[in-house]
Amino acid sequence: MNSNSKRKVIVVGGGLAGLFATIKLGERGIPVDLISVVACKRSHSACAQGGINASVNTKGEGDSPRIHFEETVHGGDYLANQTMVMGMCEKAPSYIYLLDRMGVAFNRTPEGDLAFRRFGGTKFHRTAFAGSTTGQQMLYALDEQVRRLEADGLVTRYEGWEFLSAVIDDSKVARGIVAIDLRNLEIRAFRGDAVIMATGGPGLIYGRSTNSMICTGSAAGSLFQQGVWYANGEFIQVHPTAIPGEDKHRLISEAVRGEGGRLWTYKEGKRWYFLEEWYPKYGNLVPRDIASRAVFKVCHEMKLGIEGKDEVYLDITHVDRKVLEEKLEGILEIYEKFVGEDPSKVPMRVFPAVHYSMGGIYIDARQMTNIPGLLAAGECEYQYHGANRLGANSLLSCLYGGEIAAVRSEEYLASLSEHSTPVSSRSLEQQRKLEEDRMEAILRAHGKENPYVLWEEMGRVMTDNVTVIRYNDRLKKTDEKLLELKERMKHVNVSDSTRWANQAFIFTRQLRNMIELARIITLGALRRNESRGSHYKPDFPNRDDANWLKTTIAKWTPSGPDLSYEAVDTSLVQPKERKY
Amino acid sequence: MPEKIVIRIKRQESRQTKPHWEEYHVPYRPYLNIITCLQDIRKNPKTFDGRTSMPVVWESSCLEEVCGICTMVINGRSRQACSTLVDHLKQPITIEPMTKFPLVRDLIVDRASMFQNLKRVKAWIQLKDTQDRGPGPKILPKDQQINYALSRCFTCGSCLEVCPQVNEKNNFVGAAIISQARLFNRHPIGKENKLERLKALTAEGGIEDCGNAQNCLAICPKEIPLVDSIAETNKEITFNLLKLLK
Repeated sequence: MNSNSKRKVIVVGGGLAGLFATIKLGERGIPVDLISVVACKRSHSACAQGGINASVNTKGEGDSPRIHFEETVHGGDYLANQTMVMGMCEKAPSYIYLLDRMGVAFNRTPEGDLAFRRFGGTKFHRTAFAGSTTGQQMLYALDEQVRRLEADGLVTRYEGWEFLSAVIDDSKVARGIVAIDLRNLEIRAFRGDAVIMATGGPGLIYGRSTNSMICTGSAAGSLFQQGVWYANGEFIQVHPTAIPGEDKHRLISEAVRGEGGRLWTYKEGKRWYFLEEWYPKYGNLVPRDIASRAVFKVCHEMKLGIEGKDEVYLDITHVDRKVLEEKLEGILEIYEKFVGEDPSKVPMRVFPAVHYSMGGIYIDARQMTNIPGLLAAGECEYQYHGANRLGANSLLSCLYGGEIAAVRSEEYLASLSEHSTPVSSRSLEQQRKLEEDRMEAILRAHGKENPYVLWEEMGRVMTDNVTVIRYNDRLKKTDEKLLELKERMKHVNVSDSTRWANQAFIFTRQLRNMIELARIITLGALRRNESRGSHYKPDFPNRDDANWLKTTIAKWTPSGPDLSYEAVDTSLVQPKERKY
Repeated sequence: MPEKIVIRIKRQESRQTKPHWEEYHVPYRPYLNIITCLQDIRKNPKTFDGRTSMPVVWESSCLEEVCGICTMVINGRSRQACSTLVDHLKQPITIEPMTKFPLVRDLIVDRASMFQNLKRVKAWIQLKDTQDRGPGPKILPKDQQINYALSRCFTCGSCLEVCPQVNEKNNFVGAAIISQARLFNRHPIGKENKLERLKALTAEGGIEDCGNAQNCLAICPKEIPLVDSIAETNKEITFNLLKLLK
């Protein structure tokens, strides 16, 4: 009997990365417990609109995975570890073909082949897309394949369960997780010989962002407090074009500019296409950090926002109606539904919004965290996008990270000696009991602070000070505010002591973890005295490779995050000045 | 415009307790959607007459009408709370949970049966494995357009909510599931399992339970051609009748 025969992997997160890891494990005959806060089909991957990058060069433009790699690393201002990015770009074409075989309804050329469009940071047609809901379509295809494996008995789904913490034994090895059933609040320990985290980004730390309401970052925040390292937290992507909203900011995909959309505002009574004037080579398709800063400059410094407000026009009224219908339908639908105007007739009004975290759980080239047996993939880890992510690379990094995590966890299982003792039920029970005690304490608390009000305050201060433009004095004040919120959390009142679908309790737990991550982001930004990718400080306007071509690593200590720095892998291409 | 919005929410702690209605007032702002109203209420969970109430529970995720989770019955119509704007609604606004699925609490219902039924009709392409095997079959744009339309179903359950055939007395799988079976039957590789899917749909609770009320088509937020899917699948069943009887 081989030593892996009874071994099991836990995958936490039912988005693209988690599902792909699950498929790759199931296919190898390794049983998986798949934990997801919502039905997998409702994961945040569904929100990815524009597409997925792969250099298949069908248009004969001379594109190649090597160029894709160089543009990704350049777009990320050289902060990504290069060997990993190269691996991802080389693998990309085969993923598109695989998704195609799974039946993803990608757009087609008249001959029936896959169609590709342009995205930011490149001049090549490299982005495959399924209308304007590519993430949704990919998510569904992977969910269907997992359902097939489930029918074969290899996967057990726990949908409606939320990760609380990892079970880490005395020798500092991951042996499972503790999770809670969001309906009856049952807290249960799950044994797992390896655990893959695929829990997505932390956009909700900013209150309103383009993220789904499930993107709290709570799982990563919880792991951080258990001694798992967190890297490059300060790199938060602000997407240049979103519809500002009171509940969330709704993304208007870069695909709109890929299909010819133009950003403009009025200057001296005339239409001013500021990106085209400032960046003649790339025009409206400069990378997101640059476009967002440009919109900030136009609205805040030059006071040229529409009617003096924080808005500029995103215009597609000149684009052919048929192109709009076939390639951008979902996006335009969103705008029309939420704003009530038809974007094919009236230019859309947009403003930048927090969108993606380049930073995340620290992993090595095996997607393994500093805790053996604990891996991470997808937006919750930090490996692929450096200081700024190029559009349509996120779906790709989910697949690649998911696959590597699956393959490497199989190797890890094989490396566990046959004599390695099964995790003691004591370790499992200890962690479970700890979480149960935490729950009881929150349910018993009768303070005066409403958790949703605290969240709103955190969102405001983070959005004001830790997004596009950052100043050290304001970052310091932000951390003071976060500490104040942390203190006030002790006097929280969930106003609901029932043990059935108690959302206020669940949210309170999440909020504690979110505050920890918010501090990592803020303090990482405070310390990094340079400008690189999404991280921009007017007082330190240049990139400083001599001092800061380094990965930030945050480690938990009782007195706050301890920051240290690690050299970046630049073995394949030397950093160049980033000009567009 | 009114200064305040009057919202009546059907509250129910669990299946074991009786439902009751509570009224809340929310200050009016333009472009307000139902989710923002619910968020307002939970920041200060008090009814209109100042009584402290337990926070209302509801599910939401993407807030841009691609995840389907926040579906509820608003002013008598099943729809997504995120894309339902207050400006388009008559007041007082009533919010209730969907009625065709088991209630969990307040506005949350359990739609797991829909995902179970996707298994029943094998709603997937039967891949040998996920190794590199080159591109899939060519698909012409006209077919892709139909597939894409079918594939946008986000399992919100509205088609079941409005279907007179979905009730305590029968197990009708509903239009969404039939339409998904059609999607995979249309695919050049997926159609290899067509007979299994059709067979599943000729069993109890299958396509014969459709009473052709066509409410599904009218309610579908993604305008999926559900009635076409049912007709198309019926045609396939008739065409393959002899094979299905075997």
